Amino acid sequence: MSEHRYELVVGLEVHVQLLTQTKLFCGCRNQFGAPPNTLTCPVCLGLPGTLPVMNQQAFQLALKAAVALNCEIAPVTKWDRKNYFYPDLPKGYQISQYDLPFSRNGYLEISDPRGRFGPKRVGIIRVHLEEDAGKSLHDETAGQADSRIDLNRAGTPLLEIVTRPDIRSPEEAKAFLTELKLLLTYLEVSDCNMQEGSLRVDANVNLHIHTPEGTVATPIVEVKNMNSFRAVERALAYEAQRQYHQWLSTGHRLGQVPKQTRGWDDQAQITRPQRQKEESSDYRYFPDPDLVPVTVSPEQIEQVRQSLGELPATIRERIQKQYGITPYDADVIVSQGRAVVEYFEKVAQVSGNGKQAANWVQRDVLRTLKERQWTMEQFPLSAEQLGQFVARIAQGRLASSRAREVFDHMLRTQQDVDTAIEALGIQTVDEDTLQELCRRLVEANPKVVQQVRQGKTKALGALVGQAKRENPNVDPRRVQEICRQLIEQAEA
Amino acid sequence: MALTRAEVEKVALLARLELEPQELELLTAQLARVVEYVDQLAQLDTQGVEPLAHAVELTNVFRPDQVQPSLPRQKALQQAPRTDGEFFRVPAVLEP
Repeated sequence: MSEHRYELVVGLEVHVQLLTQTKLFCGCRNQFGAPPNTLTCPVCLGLPGTLPVMNQQAFQLALKAAVALNCEIAPVTKWDRKNYFYPDLPKGYQISQYDLPFSRNGYLEISDPRGRFGPKRVGIIRVHLEEDAGKSLHDETAGQADSRIDLNRAGTPLLEIVTRPDIRSPEEAKAFLTELKLLLTYLEVSDCNMQEGSLRVDANVNLHIHTPEGTVATPIVEVKNMNSFRAVERALAYEAQRQYHQWLSTGHRLGQVPKQTRGWDDQAQITRPQRQKEESSDYRYFPDPDLVPVTVSPEQIEQVRQSLGELPATIRERIQKQYGITPYDADVIVSQGRAVVEYFEKVAQVSGNGKQAANWVQRDVLRTLKERQWTMEQFPLSAEQLGQFVARIAQGRLASSRAREVFDHMLRTQQDVDTAIEALGIQTVDEDTLQELCRRLVEANPKVVQQVRQGKTKALGALVGQAKRENPNVDPRRVQEICRQLIEQAEA
Repeated sequence: MALTRAEVEKVALLARLELEPQELELLTAQLARVVEYVDQLAQLDTQGVEPLAHAVELTNVFRPDQVQPSLPRQKALQQAPRTDGEFFRVPAVLEP
């Protein structure tokens, strides 16, 4: 059978939980991990005679997200009932938005700092605000025929973000999700914690297969149950292969079979069929009579826009230019959040050397934060202190070979760089002393000189070792350089 | 506007109602009359009339994001046919 060229076509449906104090329609606390069924009230239990009232902060956060995603904001929006039966949905319907979502037609720009794909815009069809369902726990142990229901999550605010089918590879899908998560965490709209379910992703996937007779689209499959960005990447890669082989064996095209839902099995690394998706009219949407429409004025949208602050994409570009760092460095720093960006900027300004500041922040500061599980705020050295430290290295007044030692000492004692250098007995060796030392070493080691002349430059290491024993303050790189020059000069 | 028996069967299924054949017969006729009644609206010329999302002329009813006490768990579970004191218990929901 001949191989065909094909294109993967993916649209994502992302649900994120909003960082509000309370649920969407009642005053119960919006909190993960509380003991089961301790955060409920008559409203979110769906008891008769209760009235939902919209949480202002939830709508505000939703607006923020939509404006940051470049969406058009509807002047009037309303909420609808989506009717279906499931035990974790106490009312028998979900309050969601159907034909008048509060926002549409946005986009998010993605790029790859490693350049595996070019920068592109992923279109956003709509963003809407709805309530979450509770949690069902299915007892897997034998003899347990029941499912257990926890309604703490029922009625918590959820943002649904639906993209256009603009994504063309698993890497692009991951880049989109990473950028979306970064944006929403910068905005403090959501913590996007996948382990706690505050970010959930489904994907609509099919292929455009290029055949001699023209392009063929395969039936669209909705892939669910992907519990990490990694799982999304793998599930999409698997699904592309599967659909291609399915098409080879059945020839089924888009429209010839009903839309299928498949779940990602992370253990087996495959997707498996799930229930057939109901047609959307089966949800019998109708406007919720308990909730009144919400209007948004252009002034309000402008206010929201003003409140966004500098967003990740803008910061990345700015710090690259301003501090002369690479796109990759800028990406690493920005992806750590606002606090790290601010810290880096201060270090870069104080030290006057963006590149070195980026190196130290990325390598040593971030590694320390990770090892000790500190936040940036808990890091014991101020940006001022680290900036002066980096300045000394950049000005050649602290040998890079001893810099790590000084950094560790500063971290331990919170001393300034000068105090730390003094405490460690590090002295800057002046150029004359260094030259003199190297000359003596070259004279005293004819064997090494011989080896170097034969091209074994590694032999210089022996001289560096001796130099360090005589004076621990020498910069080994300088010693190596000077010795090499002396040997070469003698040769000439 | 005629309503078919199959349509009523589908609506009943979506509402999780189990109907006897004679009930289905009866309800098909009754529902058809309800739909016919509402269908009178179709005679009106609604060109240029703004769709109405809500019968009450109110907009922007919000509450502040302030925590109110929740029900004690015991009380929340009180009305449930089956609980284990922590969770609502329901017949196993089989993941197909």
